[in-house]
Amino acid sequence: MNTFFQTLIVGLRLGSIYALVALGYTMVYGIIRLINFAHGDFIMVGGYTMIFVMPLMLRLGLPAWLGVLAAIVVCALVGMGTELIAYRPVRRKGTNMTALITAIAMSLFLENLAQAIPAIGPNPKVSSQIFGNGGFKLGTVTMEYTTVITLVISGIVMLVLYAFTQRTRLGRAMRCVSEDKAAATLMGINVNSTILLTFGIGSGLAAIAALMYMAQYPKVYTTMGALLGLKAFVSAVLGGIGIIPGAMLGGIVIGLVESFTTSYISSSMADTFVFLILIVVLIIKPAGILGKNVGEKV
Amino acid sequence: MKSKTSRGYLLNTVIVVVLFIGFQILTSLKGSEGSFKLVIVPSIWQCCYLMVLAASLNLVLGFMGQLSLGHCGFMAIGAYTAALLSLACERAGLFENKSDLSFLLVLIASVLAAGILAALLSFLIGIPALRLKGDYLAIITLGFGMIIINIINNLPFCGQDGLAQGSAAASLYKNGLGFGSKAKVQFLWFALVVTILSLTLMFMFVRSKYGRAIRAIRDDEIAASASGVNTSYYKVLTFAYSAFFAGVAGALYSCTNATLSTSSFAFTNGGILNSTFVVVMVVLGGMGSLTGSVVAATIMFFVNYQIKNGAWVEHLPASVSGVFEYPMLVYALVLIIVILFRPKGIFGSYEFSLQNLIPDIRRARERRKAAKAERKEAQAHG
Repeated sequence: MNTFFQTLIVGLRLGSIYALVALGYTMVYGIIRLINFAHGDFIMVGGYTMIFVMPLMLRLGLPAWLGVLAAIVVCALVGMGTELIAYRPVRRKGTNMTALITAIAMSLFLENLAQAIPAIGPNPKVSSQIFGNGGFKLGTVTMEYTTVITLVISGIVMLVLYAFTQRTRLGRAMRCVSEDKAAATLMGINVNSTILLTFGIGSGLAAIAALMYMAQYPKVYTTMGALLGLKAFVSAVLGGIGIIPGAMLGGIVIGLVESFTTSYISSSMADTFVFLILIVVLIIKPAGILGKNVGEKV
Repeated sequence: MKSKTSRGYLLNTVIVVVLFIGFQILTSLKGSEGSFKLVIVPSIWQCCYLMVLAASLNLVLGFMGQLSLGHCGFMAIGAYTAALLSLACERAGLFENKSDLSFLLVLIASVLAAGILAALLSFLIGIPALRLKGDYLAIITLGFGMIIINIINNLPFCGQDGLAQGSAAASLYKNGLGFGSKAKVQFLWFALVVTILSLTLMFMFVRSKYGRAIRAIRDDEIAASASGVNTSYYKVLTFAYSAFFAGVAGALYSCTNATLSTSSFAFTNGGILNSTFVVVMVVLGGMGSLTGSVVAATIMFFVNYQIKNGAWVEHLPASVSGVFEYPMLVYALVLIIVILFRPKGIFGSYEFSLQNLIPDIRRARERRKAAKAERKEAQAHG
């Protein structure tokens, strides 16, 4: 029973990281129907920003995790830059397929650009401790502070994001654009700046996810976003891509599946189960768990 | 032999046979020379499997318009099948050394088995996966690619010394094929024959009624099915046909490399052989042009080789040669630029043809002239 709860907690923590990344995927997909393969690499950008900012923060006497603010800004800028330089021109000219391939190219580009920058290089960097060590006992289960903070922060971020999309003008504009671009334009919404904003918010979430990830695994390397991004994308598809609560649900499910297969079946087969679940869900219900099947217009 | 098509086929066959014989003579003359044996022949082997792989993905991506991101998974199946089957034959004592006649039979059987197993598995994957479209298909194939790699990593007979000798591992150190440099020269003809045959079969597929059907699916799936094309049948068939040749490419790969490692077939890695880069090759060459895939695969291999081993990189000014330390960065940039300025790839949907070479050139020149005149006119009108 003890193992079960421990595994459950590990799964929830992992799942909340996936959910944060998946939110970025799902927001971008919802609005421009593009799988932003470069999103995983925004995590890497955020991670490296924090690596460079954290010593500065510590020297100023501030807590290390405040570096996440710088990371959010840098990630948002990188995300918006990607949209402006690569995606927007391609979207204007090409098809869905060319846009998708541009996304793959951007991912390759970011990963290798990071390697080419001398201060980063191909070798992993180890970060310092972000949150305090230790934890408390809850019955027989040990709760680490890192875990608690991860769960709390990601919960808050998700609630704020959900409220933002439901209540504010900008959030409503985002939902309008994802529903119908032409109609949104007619209602006086600036479609391009709304898309840019979506990229900014999605990339900012990636920076927060980077903080969570580094609090748990204090190592940063240029390809760290690749597999993490893929699994987060799987979560987004699982929950129903384009739907914000779906991304959260999908993230938690994938996190739980991964932690339970790791501790009960085989650690090296965990990825197989994650992708197998995706495939089964896609075959049974292609729109995802929370998605609605929409008929195709001819 | 009256129709234009059969005349074209005859012409191509003659030219290919002449080139092949010429190449054989060149090989027999130069086969023992150091640079030929150690550099050129291995490069040709590598080019061969890259060409077959890129062309096979082009069937799915370029001609059928369905993005598959797990193509190297099928290549991995092919590579492991060929390596393990030939290893089993070697351990069973079917052949002593690689100049036996029985080895040739084992070699042919391994290549065929590699293709067939890859095609069978792609049926299993394709039937559910191809019900989905566009982005979803991309993701599900990516997932399958990952699963294949992950399962191979965990199969005890695919690791260490092969055939359940030793534990499961990410690398297979024993390979029944795995040609050394001398065997590579000796069997160069085999690589060429397999490549030419594969490309020919793929080209004929594209030109047949199947090719027309899948192009109709690419252009408008709903219209195609309304016109009586059984879309799911053609999709699954093309997927399996493409996987067959990916498996063959895998068999060629296991001939070239004595050690197999699953990381070579991953979604991304540091080399030019991975699922992402096959997509890059197809897009660069032109989606819907087998010529383009062949040329792009060769160019990519050559550029990669030159960047890694070329002496000329050292002579460049420091600022330029620094860029070449990161070839992947260069590829990514080139890919973005090609997509931005020539979304259809270098060759578009043009196919090289000996018979139509001269008319093609003439037509291209006329088109350019017309475009120029149009531009001039537009300028004159302000």
